[in-house]
Amino acid sequence: MPMTAVGMVPTQTLIDATPVDYLILAIYFIFVLGIGFMARRAVSDSLDFFLSGRSLPAWVTGLAFISANLGAVEIMGMSANGAQIGIPTVHYFWVGAIPAMLFLGIVMMPFYYGSKVRSVPEFMFRRFGTGAHLVNAISFAIAQLLIAGVNLFLLGSIVHALLGWPKWVTLIVAALIVLSYITLGGLSAAIYNEVLQFFVIVASLLPLTLIGLHRLGGWGGMEEKIRAAAAAAPASAGVPPANEQLNSWAGQALSGFSNPFWSVVGIVFGLGFVLSFGYWTTNFVEVQRAMASNSMTAARKTPIIGAFPKMFVPFITIVPGMISAVLVVEIGRIKNGEKVPGGSSGDGVTFNDSLLLLMREVLPNGLLGLAITGLLAAFMAGMAANISAFNTVFSYDLWQRYIRKNHSDDYYLRIGRLATVGATIIAIFTASIAGQFGNIMNYLQTLFGFFNAPLFATFILGMFWKRMTATAGWVGLSLGTISAVIVAFLSEDAFGSASTGVLPLHGQGAAFVAASTAFVVDIVASVIVSGFTEPKPVSELRHLVYSETPRSELVDPEAATMAWYQRPGPLAVIALVLVIGLNVIF
Amino acid sequence: MANTDQGQHTAGAFDIRNFIGALLGLFGIILLLMGLFGDTEEAKTGGVNANLWAGIALIIVSVIFLTWARLRPTIVPPHVETPEIDPTRPGPTPKGH
Repeated sequence: MPMTAVGMVPTQTLIDATPVDYLILAIYFIFVLGIGFMARRAVSDSLDFFLSGRSLPAWVTGLAFISANLGAVEIMGMSANGAQIGIPTVHYFWVGAIPAMLFLGIVMMPFYYGSKVRSVPEFMFRRFGTGAHLVNAISFAIAQLLIAGVNLFLLGSIVHALLGWPKWVTLIVAALIVLSYITLGGLSAAIYNEVLQFFVIVASLLPLTLIGLHRLGGWGGMEEKIRAAAAAAPASAGVPPANEQLNSWAGQALSGFSNPFWSVVGIVFGLGFVLSFGYWTTNFVEVQRAMASNSMTAARKTPIIGAFPKMFVPFITIVPGMISAVLVVEIGRIKNGEKVPGGSSGDGVTFNDSLLLLMREVLPNGLLGLAITGLLAAFMAGMAANISAFNTVFSYDLWQRYIRKNHSDDYYLRIGRLATVGATIIAIFTASIAGQFGNIMNYLQTLFGFFNAPLFATFILGMFWKRMTATAGWVGLSLGTISAVIVAFLSEDAFGSASTGVLPLHGQGAAFVAASTAFVVDIVASVIVSGFTEPKPVSELRHLVYSETPRSELVDPEAATMAWYQRPGPLAVIALVLVIGLNVIF
Repeated sequence: MANTDQGQHTAGAFDIRNFIGALLGLFGIILLLMGLFGDTEEAKTGGVNANLWAGIALIIVSVIFLTWARLRPTIVPPHVETPEIDPTRPGPTPKGH
């Protein structure tokens, strides 16, 4: 049965790749796997290699820092959002990322570096003990499986676009690709791969943007066509007016709030504070890139240096989406509320296809291969990172601590391998959930609201308030997540068809409200519960709470001797001024 | 890979700038050849030989990275501090401990 279903006769494919395109793809994979292979041969163990990364200059860790996040979310999600609502999507960068990255560099990094906290579950265990650790480890593991599904779904959509196979077959093929990438050692030189990936993605998206703009007659031509399209759109499609699509503020098209004032509040508090600070300051996949640097100053500079390229990423992700909406016929039609068959999912074109369809429209073979390579690399590395994060937490934080203690290292490595395979199979199912969302960004923001917002609340409160108790830790986390799930369930569409529509919230505004609710509920619950329970003795909080950590461990004596342009503070100020300038211009 | 007495050495082939330079250079050459000899598909690009220009740009970036790595080699310090093994979060013990 499966063989006949595959049919092996490629149906009409979305993208026509030629041998040259596959050659570029092959060269990239030979490079990436070759680096991994050399890394394992040249040094005694992977730890050595990881640490030799400590001699890497700050610009490398800075690029790896943003590249670890430049995956599915950034590329497909931002271009889908750009096609659907236009310029307001930039808030994900200029409000939703840069301030939090600077905060991480200036305030949080000295604390992480000084206290030697290496992971979120580790902090939870030392600060609050078993309860909060268990809740956090389980919710983290689930989040990784769901986000791996998003990456797998996007990876599958590219395989489908290339080969035209049915959806379920492409998901299995994509899952096998990721498994072999992990098995062949694709993660052993992660920092190197991330930096390479960054350059490949820029090298493919920049020509895509420039050629797209050229076809439309430049920036002015694009604006004109967006105005014309918005004016001609049927009212039932709910296309945002051209002015809302072409200006970043007040961003009603993004938040889904009709009142501009509440829209600004929603974006600044929901996205800019809760979601973004939650994501950037507690996401240890990225924090670890910074910890790999050789001094506290270099660690602090990592997110700050990363902020500079990060603020220009929207020009090669969101702008191609906007171009796609007026240049690609299919995207223009779905924007007007029509149904168009085909697309990379196989059941109709969605906004997630904006970038792939634009690539088909404007890129000649050769550049097309480069673009496919960039996308495949990003989703594959993204999913591999999710799976290995799941693997670590499952084997050591859950299995070893709560189920089978005191076995040999080999035993846990075997469990880890089983967990990798298991997680990949589960991701095939979570990918089908992700596939039900026409705009993948709505889904991702909803997930971040469930997992990151309460985590951030507990983390930040536990770090700055020594009175917070162990019980408050797990109660706050649980209630925060539950409240966000309830809000998503009551909204119009945050849960897709499962949402009931009791609350008049839709789009990413619903995710912002769910995240904000989770944050507030978590803080309130933690404060109340702390009032009734005993705090940990102060002597156990050294290095875990800000006020109990010696000041001398939060400064780097070398920093004072550096030129001003090498110090984190002045660099952060420049980044802040630039990003405010960008907000004023657009 | 000139090892000195203190065990300090340059990153050599492991210098990431060499990887970036080599990969982008290869891609640049392929695109340049496509631009010169392949189908330029100018209906898609609006009359620009996109492969040619992208190829040239990639080759320039590649040369910059390779030159930079040649002029200012990265030095790997002789002793790199190993992180402490955290007793509260058990994990696999690295080799040699």
